Amino acid sequence: MRNLRLFALTIAVLAGLFGVQFVISGYPVLALTRILILAVFAMGYNVLMGYTGLVSLGHALFFAAGLYGAGLAAYYGGVALPIAFAAGIAAAAVLSLVVGLLALRTQTVSFMIVTLMFAQAGYLATLHFSAITGGDQGLSLPAHARSFSLLGQEIALTSATARYNIALAVFAVVLLALYALTQGPRGRLFAAVRENPERTRMLGYDVGRIRLLAFTVSGTISGVAGALYGLMFGFIGSSFAEFRSSVEVLLFTLVGGPGTLFGPLVGTTVMTLLIDRLSGLTSAYLIAVGVLLIVLTLWFPKGILGTIRDRWAPWLR
Amino acid sequence: MAEVTLLQTRGLTRRFGGLTAVDRVDFTLMQGEIRAIIGPNGAGKSTFVGLLSGRIAPDAGTVLFDGQDITRLPAHRRVRLGIAYTFQITNIYPAMTVRENLAVAAQSRLAHEAEIAAAAQEAAIAVGLEDRLPDRAGALSYGHQRLLEVAMGLALHPKLLILDEPTQGLSDDEIDNFLTVVRRVAQTATVLLIEHNMDVVMALATAITVLDRGRILAEGPPEAIARDPAVQDAYLGSAT
Ligand SMILES: Nc1ncnc2c1ncn2[C@@H]1O[C@H](COP(=O)(O)OP(=O)(O)O)[C@@H](O)[C@H]1O
Ligand SMILES: [Mg+2]
Repeated sequence: MRNLRLFALTIAVLAGLFGVQFVISGYPVLALTRILILAVFAMGYNVLMGYTGLVSLGHALFFAAGLYGAGLAAYYGGVALPIAFAAGIAAAAVLSLVVGLLALRTQTVSFMIVTLMFAQAGYLATLHFSAITGGDQGLSLPAHARSFSLLGQEIALTSATARYNIALAVFAVVLLALYALTQGPRGRLFAAVRENPERTRMLGYDVGRIRLLAFTVSGTISGVAGALYGLMFGFIGSSFAEFRSSVEVLLFTLVGGPGTLFGPLVGTTVMTLLIDRLSGLTSAYLIAVGVLLIVLTLWFPKGILGTIRDRWAPWLR
Repeated sequence: MAEVTLLQTRGLTRRFGGLTAVDRVDFTLMQGEIRAIIGPNGAGKSTFVGLLSGRIAPDAGTVLFDGQDITRLPAHRRVRLGIAYTFQITNIYPAMTVRENLAVAAQSRLAHEAEIAAAAQEAAIAVGLEDRLPDRAGALSYGHQRLLEVAMGLALHPKLLILDEPTQGLSDDEIDNFLTVVRRVAQTATVLLIEHNMDVVMALATAITVLDRGRILAEGPPEAIARDPAVQDAYLGSAT
């Protein structure tokens, strides 16, 4: 029961994203690079929230784990960037497994609160250990951490084109991996747990383990985004660990369509463009976001792609 | 055929506060039986099968299944051992298609998508739902939803299929179809059936257990149970 139309769309979107760099230049390339990285964050969040039905308010923690894991390894360890990248992902994977084991003892509102508390603890830790992390001033990665060699070729991250293509490559890998995960038997189990946990248990499944798997995959992919963000732009700071990041990724997913493969990309694109405008217009940005969240939850809970899926294209999932 | 014990309980007990819903029940089920459990509302029937499936934890006693002590085994592991359970209140995935509902069940014992799809199809055919495979389960009629739930049990290829009041709310035609389905299932699985409709019980059961206030009041072949004055007193007389 593979989803061929969705696979075709996946390939088409990747081809389009690759081709677009020959059409645009300047600021849009930078904006699109950021969108792709944040979309990876939202795709990770979507595994847990959209596909498995667990709303976390603490995913900034896993983004930050990737960011700091990679950034600190590059800054202090002086390791090559691919190794720093791997270190960030590993940090997020371990942290999400541990937090998942603890937080999944709770459900619904308590789960939201517990994940929020873990994330706040992480945020405060980045401030508390400011001697190492640079606190809210952050750390700019040194020159040696702004380039790396790949297959004998030197790649400079000061080049916008290099950054865009690296972001696109990581985005593509995550997208294809999530296609395989969500459109196959595993994705069906995630949906089963989301739709009816008790029925799923009585069909022979360890619901707790399925949730833990989703949580760990979700946190790890969020960490991929964080590690990539820190290394691409050469800066790590505690603002990424703030509650605001957790809310934004929820918002991106919700706008685009939870439980759809492309919802996070659509939501991230729409919202980052909107936020750029919003934060120019109003200083009460977080209030605007809060109001938007309430409106969406009440009247538009399926998001853009979720609505399209339910009306016209059931394969869009 | 040699008689093989499939399931046995000893002293099985479950209390809810001051109420003992299942009270020191010793119960034996042979392989290949269609056993009906009857008894008035609140007798403890659902609680008893809940203890067998592992949905409810016992306060005392043991459950043996297929020669193994499963008293402490979590519910999902019991399903893997071959105990399938359908709920008294219809419990499916309403937002998913019939095919997906059955695939989730089949996937519990199969790894490959092609096998899963074939098993889903087979289970749908077994209950006569093969034309509804692409439909949303929540859009099915109540009777079809009950059949879907039975089919999900079948897709597990269980050794023991537990059905809690499966014909409740079904029309006469649907009940006839259901009798055919259960008879077919019984060729490969043991069936334990909680049932209020005495026509269904008499048509299907190879033996009957009567529960009353958490205890076994009587047990035996259908004809003997129907004639038992204590049973008539406690249950049949007051049955609607
Ligand atoms: N979760 C529960 N909490 C408290 N009491 C319960 C619970 N489940 C069942 N009971 C009580 O246990 C008794 C047996 O219930 P049940 O097993 O559902 O009976 P039956 O299925 O024979 O109608 C009833 O008195 C019922 O009220
Ligand atoms: Mg009952």
